[in-house]
Parts: sequence; C-alpha cells; structure tokens
Amino acid sequence: MHSRSSPFRLTVLLLICTSAGAQETGEILRGQILASTCFSCHGTDGKSAGSIPAIYGIPADSLRRTLQEFRDGRRPATVMDRHAKAYSDEEIASIAAYLSRIK
Amino acid sequence: MTLNRRQFIGYLGAGAALSALPRLHLSAANPQVVVIGGGFGGATCAKYLRRYDNGVGITVIEPNTDYITCPGSNWVLGGLRTMDRITQRYAGFKTYDVKHIAARVERIDSALQSVDLDNGDTVKYDRLVVAPGIDFKWDSIEGYDAQAAEQIPHAYKAGPQTELLRKQLMDMPDGGTVILSVPGDPFRCPPGPYERASMIAYYLKSHKPKSKILILDAKEKFSKQGLFQAAWKELYPGMIDWVPGTQGGKVERIDVAKRTVFTQEGLTSHRGDVINLICPHHAGTLAQSAGLTDASGWCPIDQKSFESTLHPKVHVIGDACVAGAMPKSGHSANNQAKMCAAAIIALLREEEVPIPSHVNTCYSLLAPDYGISVAAVYHLKDGKIAAVEGSGGVSPADADAQFRKREALYAEGWYASITADSFN
Ligand SMILES: Cc1cc2nc3c(=O)[nH]c(=O)nc-3n(C[C@H](O)[C@H](O)[C@H](O)COP(=O)(O)OP(=O)(O)OC[C@H]3O[C@@H](n4cnc5c(N)ncnc54)[C@H](O)[C@@H]3O)c2cc1C
Ligand code: HEC
Repeated sequence: MHSRSSPFRLTVLLLICTSAGAQETGEILRGQILASTCFSCHGTDGKSAGSIPAIYGIPADSLRRTLQEFRDGRRPATVMDRHAKAYSDEEIASIAAYLSRIK
Repeated sequence: MTLNRRQFIGYLGAGAALSALPRLHLSAANPQVVVIGGGFGGATCAKYLRRYDNGVGITVIEPNTDYITCPGSNWVLGGLRTMDRITQRYAGFKTYDVKHIAARVERIDSALQSVDLDNGDTVKYDRLVVAPGIDFKWDSIEGYDAQAAEQIPHAYKAGPQTELLRKQLMDMPDGGTVILSVPGDPFRCPPGPYERASMIAYYLKSHKPKSKILILDAKEKFSKQGLFQAAWKELYPGMIDWVPGTQGGKVERIDVAKRTVFTQEGLTSHRGDVINLICPHHAGTLAQSAGLTDASGWCPIDQKSFESTLHPKVHVIGDACVAGAMPKSGHSANNQAKMCAAAIIALLREEEVPIPSHVNTCYSLLAPDYGISVAAVYHLKDGKIAAVEGSGGVSPADADAQFRKREALYAEGWYASITADSFN
C-alpha cells in the first residue's frame, strides 16, 4: 500500500536504526507485542534505565527457563512471579526468542 | 510499507549524504497519524508508532514543552524528590522523528479528519489518537472550582498544584490536621491518595509529629487497603484516620474561607489546617466536546484497537478511555499506547490488528525503604480487556522488611524505566 520512501524517510530510517535501536520495519510479531509490555519496567528493548534488571540479548533458552521458574515459584521474586503466571509456554517462548535477538 | 531489510541495507551507503538534506514536508502519500496529548499515553504512542513503521508521519500536539509526571509527585510531598526530578523533556520526539506542535487542540472534525488548534492552524489526519488525560468535575463538590483550587489544592495534576500542597504542608504548625478527600471510582491512580497520605505522614513524622491526617473517602474500600493500613500502624501509629463513605467520608461541600468540609448532608463538618481535595474527574474536556464520551463521562472504545465506538478513525487511550478491567494509571496508558500504535499501523497497512496484551503495576512508596505493589496482566476475553486468571495480585502481607525495601528500590526503577520508555 505505501511503498514510497522519500529521501527524508531514508535519513530517518538510518537515524533510528543506528541510534534508537528500533526493530526493523515489517510484520509486527507476537513476541514483539508481548515483550513491549515488559519494557515499562525493564526499559525500552529491555535496556533498563534504573534498578530493575536488563533483559535483552540473553540466550532464549536461559530466558525461557528463568521465566518458567518465576511462573512456577521456583525463583525468588518480589513481582516477577505475579507477572509470569499469566503466560503460557508458547507465549514465554516467543517473548524469549524476541528478547534474545535484541543487541 | 517502506523498506524491507535488503532494500534498507542497500540504502545504508547513501545515509551520510542524505542526512544533510533539509527537512522535507511529508507528502500526502505518507499516512499521517496525529496524537493529541503528550502524557504517558500520547508520548508512548508516538514513539511506538515509529518503532513499528518508518514511513508514517507522526505529529504530537501538546501545549507544554516538558511534562511533569504525577507518578513521583507524592514523593515530592514527602520530601524525597525535587520537582526537577519528576520533569520529563520529550527527548524521544527527536530520536523517533516525531513532530511536536506546542499548541492546544480546540476542535476535532472527524468528518473532515482534521483538528483545529488554538494558534489558528488546522492539521489533517488519517488516524487520530486522543490522549488528553482527565479534567475535573468542578460542579460535583459544592463550593469547589478552578479558582478555589488555588487555595485548596487537588494536586491531582502534577505541577504548581503539587508545589502549592507541599508549601501548605511546610507552613502548617505542628499539631495541625491535614484532610485528604478522595473521590469514588473510577478515578486516576486508585492507590494514589493512600500513597500520598503515607508520604505526608512520613514528612509530618519527622517535622511535625503531633499532626494528624484525616482521609475522608467516598468509597467503602480501597486499593491495597490491607497493606496500607498494616503499614500505617507500623510506620505512623495513631497518625492516619480513614473514614469510609457510609460513615461520613463523602465530602459534599466545602467552605474555602473557613477551610471546612461538610459530609452527611451537612450534619458533619471537619476543619483542616491543610485540605487536599481530590475532586472527581472525567475524560479530558476535549474528548467531551468532540463527542467521544458517553453518559459515564469516559470514552467507549473497541477493546482491541482502541478505536472509538462513537467516531471512526479516532482512537482514545490512557485515562480518558474505558479499557475493560484496567485501572487508570500511567502504566496502563503506556501499555495501551503500544497496543494502539500496533493496531494503527496494521490498519494503515490493511493488515489484521495484532492480538493485544496488557500489563499494569502500581508501586506505592510508604516510606523511603518501604514499597508495595499491585500487578495484573490483561488479555482480550470475549471482546473485553480482562485480567488473566491466576496471575497478578498484591505484595504478600507477611513479607519482611528486606522485601519491602526491595520493592521501594524497584518503585524507583519502575519510574526510571517507564519515563524513559515513554518520553525518551
Ligand atoms: C498523585 C498521583 C500519583 C500517580 N502515581 C502513579 C503511579 O505511581 N503509577 C502509575 O502508573 N500512574 C500513576 N498516576 C496516574 C497517571 O499519572 C495517569 O494515569 C497518567 O498520567 C495518564 O496518562 P494520559 O496520557 O492518559 O494522561 P496525562 O498524563 O494526563 O496526559 C494528558 C496530556 O494531554 C494534554 N492535553 C490535554 N488536553 C489537550 C488538548 N486539548 N490539546 C493538546 N493537548 C492536550 C495535557 O497537557 C497532558 O500533557 C498517578 C496520578 C496521580 C495524580
Ligand atoms: C512491574 C514491573 C515488571 C514487569 C512489567 C516485568 N518485570 Fe521482569 N522483573 C521485574 C523485577 C522487579 C525483577 C527482579 C525480580 C523480582 O523481584 O521480581 C524482574 C526480573 C526479571 C528477570 C530476571 C532478570 C535477572 O537478571 O535476574 C527476567 C528474565 C524478567 N524479569 C523478564 C520479564 C519479562 C519477559 C517481562 C514481560 C513479559 C517482564 N519481566 C515484566 C519487574 C518487572
């Protein structure tokens, strides 16, 4: 539908991809939607701005295990247990896959 | 839309030369999304629209050039933060190529798909996002209006009102009474008034220990009530009294000159040395004048796309909308903004609107090293935003001091991350 790109747009694109770390444009993935809800606490792209741990670039397997441990009460938490309980294994896998790819 | 990855890499080499070009006006070919309001809802929506698409034109219309957050404003009352540390400066608009027009929208014409500004300009849109927050129902408490608020602060929009309340607390003599009047549901930030009472108590305990706080509440119960009341007993014994609506808590009238509030049809009155009257509110007046509200005073929306059920191509997010079970909070507004951004991009591309997912967590600080939280995750169930069963809830009642201290630390971490996620 909108395939045109003005030179201005290209500049913007470069700017964003280099400085702001936006994801590439394209289909909006399920993992991306779910992970965006984590960013309010863990920072945009999981790059925390404060005392809550950063969660980007961690291998997907390890992230998945951590989230399952929070969910099943096997990992000490103040709040992550209450959050993790909301997600199925499939949802956890898609979140972990997405977050693991952020550099 | 715009470029795929291979095209993008192909263009990389041209970047340096192109970046020297002057800013071009967006052509009609690029769809235009206009966002009204630069709060947690509006600012986040603009940023995430860009994160989801590089081609769309994004304009935020917000009269202020910086934004003082309500979250953290209770910490200012407690003396834990300065106003400067709750002021956000919209750094993200530049990073994400969002055009900011510092003006107020006076009118929305949804037939012409345009908005009129107070500077005389008109701006066209393909999709409009309305995020004006709240305005007060001045007629709901007799004797209280915008002018009265200059003396009796509501402090429920952060800024000069926060500073006024802080100053009144500092000027109050030891042994004085602070009255906090709380409205019925729904109102923004359900635990806000009780975090405020805690922060005021924290200040009074070390500076004016003989003083009292009287909470007059229109409701029968409140958010995180068990945790708040247990903490008050422990941290501020005998200092805070809470009166529910049926026992005379509902303030109906105020005599500003006498600093007195009346409840129970005038049968009961209370004089306060400082009165904080949190006036009932409704969706921002622009939403009302644009015909986006229903009889409740709030905006009904499609729960998946946040598109108004009353006007097509107009989306409403944040405090102004009715988002199922979600409370009115900065966290909710930030989350709704992301889902709305994804929905708008999908609609502009004529693709399916992604299935939304939401989170809200309200942290409250009861003392610098004492934090509690209420959390929930929401999904779409039978067309409504509903909490996911078996998840969420409040901090444990039996947690130890170490746990409360960690949550206090995370409350600050939440503030740092969500403000960066929304405004930077
Ligand atoms: C004391 C207090 C403590 C709080 N603490 C928390 C907390 O700890 N956590 C939490 O999640 N939430 C908290 N909140 C709630 C939070 O502040 C709100 O829910 C949040 O600000 C809602 O975001 P919004 O974008 O809908 O509206 P707002 O943030 O109010 O933003 C609306 C913006 O729209 C602009 N605007 C309005 N009309 C127009 C117009 N006609 N044209 C152009 N611009 C316009 C305004 O200038 C404003 O900047 C607290 C609130 C209070 C009062
Ligand atoms: C309300 C804020 C909040 C939200 C929302 C949130 N988290 Fe967390 N997260 C925390 C806190 C706080 C911790 C530290 C553990 C604790 O005390 O619960 C944490 C810990 C983690 C950890 C462990 C990090 C480490 O290094 O130990 C992971 C992984 C994680 N979160 C992933 C997520 C994902 C994925 C989401 C979204 C689905 C999410 N979080 C949403 C607050 C949050």
